Amino acid sequence: MRSERTIDGPGKIVLSFTVNGTGVEIAVARHKTLLEVLREDLGLTGTKHGCELGECGACTVILDGAPVLACLVPAAACTGARVETVEGMAVGPALHPLQDEFAEAGAAQCGYCTSGMLLAAKNLLESNRDPTRDEIRRALAGNLCRCTGYLQIYEAIERAAARMRGAT
Amino acid sequence: MSGNRVVGKPHRKVDATAKVTGRTLFAGDLSLPRMLHCKILRSHTAHGTIRSIDLTKALALPGVVAGLTGNDLPIPFGILPVSVDEHAVAIDKVRFTGDPVAAIAAETEEAALEAVRAIEVEIEPLAQIRSIEEGLAVEEPRIQDYGPRGNIHKLVNLEFGDVDEGFAEADLVREDIFFYGGNTHLAMEEHASVADWSPDGKLTLYSSTQTPHYVHRALSKVLEMPPARIRVIACPNGGGFGGKSDIFNHEIAVAYLARLTGRPVKIVLTREEVFYCHRGRHPVLMRVKTGVDRNGAIRAMAFDTLLDGGAYGSYGVASTFYTGALQTVTYDVKRYRFRGARLFTNKPPCGPKRGHGTPQPRFALEIQLDRIAEQLGLDPAEMRLNNLAPPNSVTANYLKIGTMGLGKCIEKVVEGSGWKEKFRMLPYGKGVGIACSSYLSGAGLPIYWNRMPHSGVSLKVDRGGGVAVFCGSTDIGQGSDSVLAYITAEVLGVDPMEIRVVTADTDLTPVDLGSYSSRVTLMTGNAALQAAEKAKDLLAKGAAKKLDVPAGELVFAAGRVFHAADPEKGISFAEAVGAAEALFGTIGTVGSYTPPATAGRFKGAGVGPSPAYSYSAAIAQVDVDMETGRVGVEKIWIGHDIGASINPTLVRGQVEGGVYMGLGEILMEDMAYREKRNVVHKTPGMLDYKSPTTLDMCDVETYLVEEPDPNGPFGAKEVGQGPLLPVPPAVANAVYDAVGVRIDEVPITPHKVMRALREKAATGEGRFGPKKFPSVDWGEPIAVAPPWEDGNGRPKEKKEDRG
Repeated sequence: MRSERTIDGPGKIVLSFTVNGTGVEIAVARHKTLLEVLREDLGLTGTKHGCELGECGACTVILDGAPVLACLVPAAACTGARVETVEGMAVGPALHPLQDEFAEAGAAQCGYCTSGMLLAAKNLLESNRDPTRDEIRRALAGNLCRCTGYLQIYEAIERAAARMRGAT
Repeated sequence: MSGNRVVGKPHRKVDATAKVTGRTLFAGDLSLPRMLHCKILRSHTAHGTIRSIDLTKALALPGVVAGLTGNDLPIPFGILPVSVDEHAVAIDKVRFTGDPVAAIAAETEEAALEAVRAIEVEIEPLAQIRSIEEGLAVEEPRIQDYGPRGNIHKLVNLEFGDVDEGFAEADLVREDIFFYGGNTHLAMEEHASVADWSPDGKLTLYSSTQTPHYVHRALSKVLEMPPARIRVIACPNGGGFGGKSDIFNHEIAVAYLARLTGRPVKIVLTREEVFYCHRGRHPVLMRVKTGVDRNGAIRAMAFDTLLDGGAYGSYGVASTFYTGALQTVTYDVKRYRFRGARLFTNKPPCGPKRGHGTPQPRFALEIQLDRIAEQLGLDPAEMRLNNLAPPNSVTANYLKIGTMGLGKCIEKVVEGSGWKEKFRMLPYGKGVGIACSSYLSGAGLPIYWNRMPHSGVSLKVDRGGGVAVFCGSTDIGQGSDSVLAYITAEVLGVDPMEIRVVTADTDLTPVDLGSYSSRVTLMTGNAALQAAEKAKDLLAKGAAKKLDVPAGELVFAAGRVFHAADPEKGISFAEAVGAAEALFGTIGTVGSYTPPATAGRFKGAGVGPSPAYSYSAAIAQVDVDMETGRVGVEKIWIGHDIGASINPTLVRGQVEGGVYMGLGEILMEDMAYREKRNVVHKTPGMLDYKSPTTLDMCDVETYLVEEPDPNGPFGAKEVGQGPLLPVPPAVANAVYDAVGVRIDEVPITPHKVMRALREKAATGEGRFGPKKFPSVDWGEPIAVAPPWEDGNGRPKEKKEDRG
């Protein structure tokens, strides 16, 4: 796949990639997943883990323009990649419309699935500016939420989509 | 309530921005310098005697710092004082597959995992108790060494009035058997804890717990340290639903290892381990006998429940009582008998899950009422309306009902769903069903007996205009931090977002018993209200002096304190604080809440009382696929008697979340075990343990019934748990309306529907569910005369017992 380069420490590789628009070069254990590198090596704990088996969607991030489960992506495969996490969504204090509407609609109860939901929704809206309720449901089918019953999440996404289209 | 500026209005949660930016720090997000990582070795044997355990090889591995085995912490703990049966790791015996056996602290998680694998354990297997039936039948070996006999953990036999007489008077008596399968909370966040030992001999535990106060007490006991040297901080919970309201092995283990090593120790459970921690819904086998007159009015009811408790006590004694407590709070039942038994089995312990002990009896009773209505030719919604428990009354089992909005809930969902045009009239395959429920707004009694407040709030205002609220309550996503801010802001006339809320820290915050039993809004809300009113009173006196107007004529709003008749005449909130400080010194107030006295004086009367009961009614519309047996829920209409909403957006979120969780329980969620293979969990992962995704969740129409309850802050009652309760039976009744088969067992899987449909095709009647209820020696009942039979809440004298 992509090139990797070992450094002095046993089992470490140098990973060079872009996270939320900033270039990062870091030595990480070869076995680590993207999720572990984000949380443990880069301190980006906004990306959550609910299973580390690719079952719950909590660790959804955007990798080179596509949503992935960070717990299933070997960090070594991310050399040269562009990764977007929840930490990259707001611009300074200005929330992304999705974040703002999630906050307004009560779409984040415990907040643990929220980062993954936000990124799955962001990815949807990038390819579909005006999704139907059913399209939203399908886009979020891999993201479990145990608090909300999803309905306030749908409403938040619909309102954010409208705002981003300039409809409101 | 129309004059309120904050309460009753939609507001963002105080932590909403943190949550949508990923900034909320859950326990698993914490990292401290020099931190070690802990892993727990768990038993692969469901029941056995530990013959030997040897950490020598494990401790010799690189990076391994310390270990823990059972004898290191011999003092037991348990959430209920009547079942103190747990240890940080097992001593002598393992009781279920997944039971902790030893723990390791190492420099890295990987090293800890390697070390755990290197631990040498010899376990001699014992006979396994795998079911309710085996728990009743097998006297030896005993899983625990307490309880009335054999593997019975708890036995209850209560009688309120002469039920046999009631059955004799009835025109119709039905007896049915039901089974509600077990399921788990499946909070998105796996449990995590970080313990930190400071050089001055103090311990801090950060944990994903709903009950920091009880964890605090347990740590003090097990570690033999004064509570004053232990600080428990409950981090925001990434979902709780009752699953983090117990004291967990790993919390004690990391605390011990931190003390032993003098270094911070962290553990994050794997998803598989979370399934073993469980404490979820008890599987319950139920036999219900109800007698009604020809109009469907209930004359007598006898409820028998058998609970599969798993291997430890947990909240199980309370769970047992709860399976019998609230039937009388929903419907007017003049003669009532409840018999229940909880069995120890070699499975992960069951405990409290959203609705604690109540969804199971609701499922049974609401289906039975549906059958009774059909037999009598009555509309099941009408029949329920005719059986409502009266408001402001005391039930046969001495529970005090205040406001009671179930009738309005039923009317709302009947109207909203078009029930009258749908019931028994939809095309074959489609159907509607109705069910009702009630729930506590907080347990009326604490878990350990004491007369102290259940909730405390302290409030600090400073001359800069800052307001800080301190409370021991824990935000598990339900918004309890925000409720504290809204109520305080309402009273003091400031913006809720400007209030600093400090919660769930035993060093900083007054005790609150925890986020369980739907107690937080009512109890912390009342405590916050009291503290805020006291502060307002001081500030008003200061402002009155400065403005030269009577204190009673001042209004606190929009960050100002001003004269009601002349709003121009006023000062800023900060100036009012300054004026009060000048008069009284530094301003700090406290508030506390203790529930009203309970009425019952018999053993078991402590479970069920509450300052206020919420009510819910739900109608489900389903579409049953006759080819596959799959039940699709198209829509749920739900009415919930909330008393008054503190924040309608959050209330709706709780209702919809409760409906969602109820749908998961009725349609798919199932804690299934391989009985012949060490009673190992069949599906300890989020892929195989099915829970509803976006594709499974239906539309929900929520109707809030608002009749302020005098015991609730601003009239508020609970919403966290109640709305789950009517959903499973409403779906089951809708399946019957759709295809004419009764599924008397949760969950309603396609397999069960197909079995029942085949039976119906062959015999004309289709049912899937338990057919037998084992014979149980319930012992002598505790007979208590109901209030209307001149009862005083105490057991009758022995000589008055029926022969």
